[in-house]
Amino acid sequence: MSEVKQERKPEEFAGREYQAGFITDIESDTLPPGLNEDVVRHISAKKNEPEWLLNWRLEAFRHWQTMTEPHWPNVSYTPTDYQSISYYSAPKSQADGPKSLDEVDPKLLETYAKLGIPLREQEFLAGVAVDAVFDSVSVATTFKGKLKDVGVIFCPISEAVRDYPELVQQYLGTVVPTGDNFFAALNSAVFTDGSFVFIPKGVRCPMELSTYFRINALNTGQFERTLIIAEEGSYVSYLEGCTAPQRDENQLHAAVVELVALDDAQIKYSTVQNWYPGDEDGLGGIYNFVTKRADCRGARSKVSWTQVETGSAITWKYPSCVLRGDDSVGEFYSVALTKMHQQADTGTKMIHIGKNTRSTIVSKGIAAGFGNQSYRGLVKIGKSAEGARNYTQCDSLLIGDKCGAHTFPYVEVKNPTATMEHEATTSKIGEEQLFYCKSRGISEEDAVNMIVNGFCKDVFNELPMEFAVEANRLMEVSLEGAVG
Amino acid sequence: MLKIENLHASVAGKEILKGINLTIGAGEIHAIMGPNGSGKSTLSNVIAGRDGYEVTQGTVTYKGHDLLAMEPEERAWEGVFLAFQYPVEIPGVNNTYLLKAGVNAARRHRGEQELDAMEFMQLVREKAKLVELDQSFLSRGVNEGFSGGEKKRNEIFQMAVLEPSLALLDETDSGLDIDALRIVAKGVNTLRAADRSIIMITHYQRLLDYIEPDVVHVLADGKILKTGDKSLALELEERGYDWVRAEEAAA
Ligand SMILES: Nc1ncnc2c1ncn2[C@@H]1O[C@H](COP(=O)(O)OP(=O)(O)OP(=O)(O)O)[C@@H](O)[C@H]1O
Ligand SMILES: [Mg+2]
Repeated sequence: MSEVKQERKPEEFAGREYQAGFITDIESDTLPPGLNEDVVRHISAKKNEPEWLLNWRLEAFRHWQTMTEPHWPNVSYTPTDYQSISYYSAPKSQADGPKSLDEVDPKLLETYAKLGIPLREQEFLAGVAVDAVFDSVSVATTFKGKLKDVGVIFCPISEAVRDYPELVQQYLGTVVPTGDNFFAALNSAVFTDGSFVFIPKGVRCPMELSTYFRINALNTGQFERTLIIAEEGSYVSYLEGCTAPQRDENQLHAAVVELVALDDAQIKYSTVQNWYPGDEDGLGGIYNFVTKRADCRGARSKVSWTQVETGSAITWKYPSCVLRGDDSVGEFYSVALTKMHQQADTGTKMIHIGKNTRSTIVSKGIAAGFGNQSYRGLVKIGKSAEGARNYTQCDSLLIGDKCGAHTFPYVEVKNPTATMEHEATTSKIGEEQLFYCKSRGISEEDAVNMIVNGFCKDVFNELPMEFAVEANRLMEVSLEGAVG
Repeated sequence: MLKIENLHASVAGKEILKGINLTIGAGEIHAIMGPNGSGKSTLSNVIAGRDGYEVTQGTVTYKGHDLLAMEPEERAWEGVFLAFQYPVEIPGVNNTYLLKAGVNAARRHRGEQELDAMEFMQLVREKAKLVELDQSFLSRGVNEGFSGGEKKRNEIFQMAVLEPSLALLDETDSGLDIDALRIVAKGVNTLRAADRSIIMITHYQRLLDYIEPDVVHVLADGKILKTGDKSLALELEERGYDWVRAEEAAA
């Protein structure tokens, strides 16, 4: 496969890509609920996929049928009936959406306002029928032009399958194999869209890549598939999600994200997840069962996962790094907030294979209300990982006394030269800290925000600048009413 | 400025303050001395409004208002300041950021324009000089990793920035080295003003050599047992507290 890559210059890819733009052209209908091979075939046909991809999906589906849903996470929920879901639905026509912001739930608007989201974006996020919100604005045009100039490919994965099939085939499923786990297998069988990013050798992507810029990516549905490839010596920072709560009718979300970093490449992947968490009684809300994994294939490659998770009823996700290349580096910085009846079981896996590989894990869990959360992390040092090092720090902050925090650190060391450091703390927002702030003239609510944001600082510092500011606001808005 | 009458307060159901009477005029400095566990910090916590300190009897009047009816942050806006005996660490919360929030909340309360970042930094730099606090402390987390003495100095720095009308210094001198004590005392003396009253809680007469009090009280077993001038502190230094208790028992 590698000769294909050499034949086709990245600039060529980019040229083709941007003529096509971001709009997908599938005419579509909606399938009745249920899942069988015909459904998989139908999805693949709808997308005019090459045969190898259909076979790949079918293999995943067959594997999935032999698997059972895992129950080891420290969460409880009503099981999903997989035969009651529709696996292919037409992208919603804008005509079905609200006609203007006047028709949108005032509560949602209030939140947008608090987060400081501009009006046009509010319309977009709330699904208001407006003409080509972003395509027409100059920022998107400039954005595309700049990427094209350096040969970066950034497009929906369905388009990548069409336009760069060799690249997709070479890398798809090589980080998260089709049969990796129950949800990854399901995703592989039925994914409908997602993002594709390719950074050619030696290129430093000139801007943060954000799905935000892609209108139709927001409705990729519940089985999103993302593939990012950073060639030798390249760099990319990718931002997923946004702080604004998004409308979504699907309860189950089972995304797969695969990252590949070749020699000296760096990928920084930042997520802000704020899906609907359910109501105050714990009804409704998104199940967020995600498989995210990075393959640090190349020597001296580096992948950083940074996540701020405040949404979803249930979050079950472990962004991981396979540190295959010598001297490769994996990082995981996480803030997870669970309030009301939210549950999160999240953490990371750092698999050290190469020599002198290093990993850093900083996890900050905040539980309020009846929220429940667990940090679950695995650090595995293989026989070959001479001189590997890991630093793990997981801190939990409890607000109130009906919430809970747990940590499940797993360590497997097969090489005696490894260095492991682990720190863990659990603290309550102290009455002392609150009183200290109040005695300086700061209200209780502001004091809690300050203390929580201070607690998260090490992680927020890892976010791209503008995202960090948003993340601060997000924590404040999320904590409203959680205290008192 | 402050008038405390027959104040009784309990913590965790146990009565600690058993009828405190204390009047402090504007511009006065009062020192409160007394044995460990006698209720000095309890008194300052009650004045600052800490949760869990239940006032069972008595009144506290501050500038003519019922202080006990106010929330702790309102007290701060009205000019009450407590320098803590054990300042707590708040990791990740920038020292300057916390102070700015406090200063601007008070300004909003008074209907004044908030200070912008530039104005505030100027104020903060100036005040940091007053207590010879290194600029690096300004951008660190609140008390995060500060040494005992640095924490105390930071409290006085905060006092200088917040410019309170009533400052309670709870053992600010404990843990300070000799030079730091001199610097902190100099800072407090600079803050001495006709419209600012200060209550200093201390175990050591030495502090009073640097900051001369108008009045010295002895607090023991939840009561003010004796009140005098500066010479009382010297006498306590020499004779301890037992004779005060004995005098009280005889009376
Ligand atoms: N939260 C609490 N729970 C139980 N007892 C308390 C609490 N806070 C204070 N006390 C008790 O109240 C009494 C007075 O304490 P306080 O801290 O006011 O003493 P102090 O005069 O400041 O002593 P020191 O000179 O040692 O600082 C002590 O016996 C202390 O144990
Ligand atoms: Mg005390």
